[in-house]
Amino acid sequence: MAFRARHLLGIEHLTPEDIRSVLDLAETYVDLNRRTVKQSDVLAGMTQINMFFENSTRTQASFELAGKRLGADVMNMSVAQSSVKKGETLIDTALTLNAMHPDLLVVRHPSSGAVNLLASKVNCAVLNAGDGRHEHPTQALLDALTIRRAKGRIQRLTVAICGDVAHSRVARSNLILLGKMENRVRLIAPPTLMPPGVQEFGCEIFDDMRAGLEGADVVMMLRLQKERMDGGFIPSEREYFHRYGLDGDKLSCARPDAIVMHPGPMNRGVEIDGEIADDINRSVIQEQVEMGVAVRMACMDLLARNLRAERGAQAVGVMV
Amino acid sequence: MTILLTNARLIDPEALTVTEGSALIEGGLIAALGDMTAPKGATIIDCGGKCLAPGIVDWGVKVGEPGERHKESFRSAGLSAAAGGVTTIVARPDTNPAIDTPETLEFVTRRAAESPVRIHHMAALTKGRQGREMTEIGFLLDTGAVAFSDGDHVVEDTKVLSRALTYARSLGALVIGHPQDPGLSRGAAATNGKFASLRGIPAVNPMAERMGIDRDLALIEMTGVRYHFDQITTARALPALQRAKANGRDVTAGISIHHLALNEFDIGDYRTFFKLTPPLRSEDDRVALVAAVASGLIDVVGSMHTPQDEESKRLPFEEAASGAVGLETLLPAAMRLYHSGDLTLPQIFRALALNPANRLGLPQGRLAAGAPADLVLFDPDAPFVLDRFTLKSKSKNTPFDGTRMEGRVLSTWVGGVRVFGE
Repeated sequence: MAFRARHLLGIEHLTPEDIRSVLDLAETYVDLNRRTVKQSDVLAGMTQINMFFENSTRTQASFELAGKRLGADVMNMSVAQSSVKKGETLIDTALTLNAMHPDLLVVRHPSSGAVNLLASKVNCAVLNAGDGRHEHPTQALLDALTIRRAKGRIQRLTVAICGDVAHSRVARSNLILLGKMENRVRLIAPPTLMPPGVQEFGCEIFDDMRAGLEGADVVMMLRLQKERMDGGFIPSEREYFHRYGLDGDKLSCARPDAIVMHPGPMNRGVEIDGEIADDINRSVIQEQVEMGVAVRMACMDLLARNLRAERGAQAVGVMV
Repeated sequence: MTILLTNARLIDPEALTVTEGSALIEGGLIAALGDMTAPKGATIIDCGGKCLAPGIVDWGVKVGEPGERHKESFRSAGLSAAAGGVTTIVARPDTNPAIDTPETLEFVTRRAAESPVRIHHMAALTKGRQGREMTEIGFLLDTGAVAFSDGDHVVEDTKVLSRALTYARSLGALVIGHPQDPGLSRGAAATNGKFASLRGIPAVNPMAERMGIDRDLALIEMTGVRYHFDQITTARALPALQRAKANGRDVTAGISIHHLALNEFDIGDYRTFFKLTPPLRSEDDRVALVAAVASGLIDVVGSMHTPQDEESKRLPFEEAASGAVGLETLLPAAMRLYHSGDLTLPQIFRALALNPANRLGLPQGRLAAGAPADLVLFDPDAPFVLDRFTLKSKSKNTPFDGTRMEGRVLSTWVGGVRVFGE
């Protein structure tokens, strides 16, 4: 079994073997989740704390459900409204929680690198649920699982990632993962929303959406992150939709069997036409949500195994 | 008291030579250099073949007084300077409150008496460093300000700036600017490029620096003021500086040692001790700037000593305070450029001591008869691993923690009095 890491902070540190082992294990959880009795006990007795320094409904619910289905005791801390407002630093919050001996910490934070900082201060497993515009590894893994199930493989595909790349951690994690798995990645965005130097990651850059979608197997739309923008990246939402919103006309440039993805929540009529989003022949957006729970169960299962192995080794060391 | 320092390698940044010989110190001044016998009653110190150079004049040191004495006091800064071979500190006015009145300048001048090394003060160019009204430049000059700077605050209103520069010109005052386009660089914590994009850190295009320089050069041409750019850190800004100098403008430029010794990749896994203003640049920029120091296009190298306490650095990268301490690591970090063959020892001391002293009108910075006996004796080859908790500075935010370095200060003299070493 691959995947020996203590934490899951990003895709950057995973090998293609790690990624495959997560996806394979997640497949078994997809089956479990479709049963009436969805209970497993691999995290029984373990404590999972979800710390969301940024408001989130979907991801937090997905992690909560994943933990509960694996039998963990799950606690949600809405840190956005609590001690941080009283001036406590991130590290102090982390140390406080650490003293309660959690086994898994699921963290989302608005600053890039904040989860790495937190992981260096605690002795449980830390799962990055999104840090600033850096990484969102479980999203990339669930996207990979969705693609693999729809296309039968997760290599040699042409994947177009469209929209607000600059502010998107989803784009970064996907770019890294798809590159590691040997796919052709295209980034499509207005130049103001394209991060500088990104072509050096080995992807193709387009500001013409039709040209970028030409022959794509997968069309991955991104949400326009209005909350991360400090003004003036696009002239208006209607012009953005006209040039970069996914509608039937633009989608016809992609391969006829191309699938449409979106990490949610969607801004209908801004980056994606409602009809496309609801087209069950093209859109796998609901499937992504389903895969999200399975992938998060797989990630927590693997991290828990590593944690047990590590603690077991320590215990043996004490007895000797 | 008469001291004869014998058996030394004398680093002369004026003649750009390294010669073996002795230095005679009398009455706080360098009395003679070369081969000589000890006068009667002189204390003889054998330098053991190590390097003797003029003490460093570190231009742009932040001392936390007033306002942040827990980060650095004049006494701790002075002890740190002495240990680093810095014999003159030129302190920044970006304190809290800013040094923008003769009264606050008098206060820090009194406080600075606690330091074992010389301290000169810069004053703010505009009140509160707000960029709205010029300070009492005349009174501040009379009180001893050696230059005028708003630190890393850029005066955005060009009308305000042009008036301040015109007024400063009439008094012959030296003005220091921070060349950054304030709009482009707002909120940035790194330099645009692959690295910042991968890490998801808000970044600024290096062109922001050139835009700052271009604007300031136009105002310099307009007003004829004496001007110094505190830090030029990108290759694209250098041609403009070169043209301005060739056209006879009274302009000089500096850079921090960190931008010469480190690049953006040193930030690594969000290490906040590497968060600086301006942010660390690409390796291409670093190499170009080292060459500019060698050619003399960049005049001054300093530490840009910026003490920060642990709390302001133990934060996510975007939120962490920027700046690094550097008084004690300036010399060993500069030795990297000597050992890499990029700069000679006299070239290094030209930028560390001679040029800043000349620009500020100070008699220091020279290894010559009649100059003040502000000296540093150092071994450029002595290796060590830096432990940040051994620093004498109150703040320990050095990017060189745990780094293998070469170059140790053995002794430091200020006005012929030994302030560090034995």
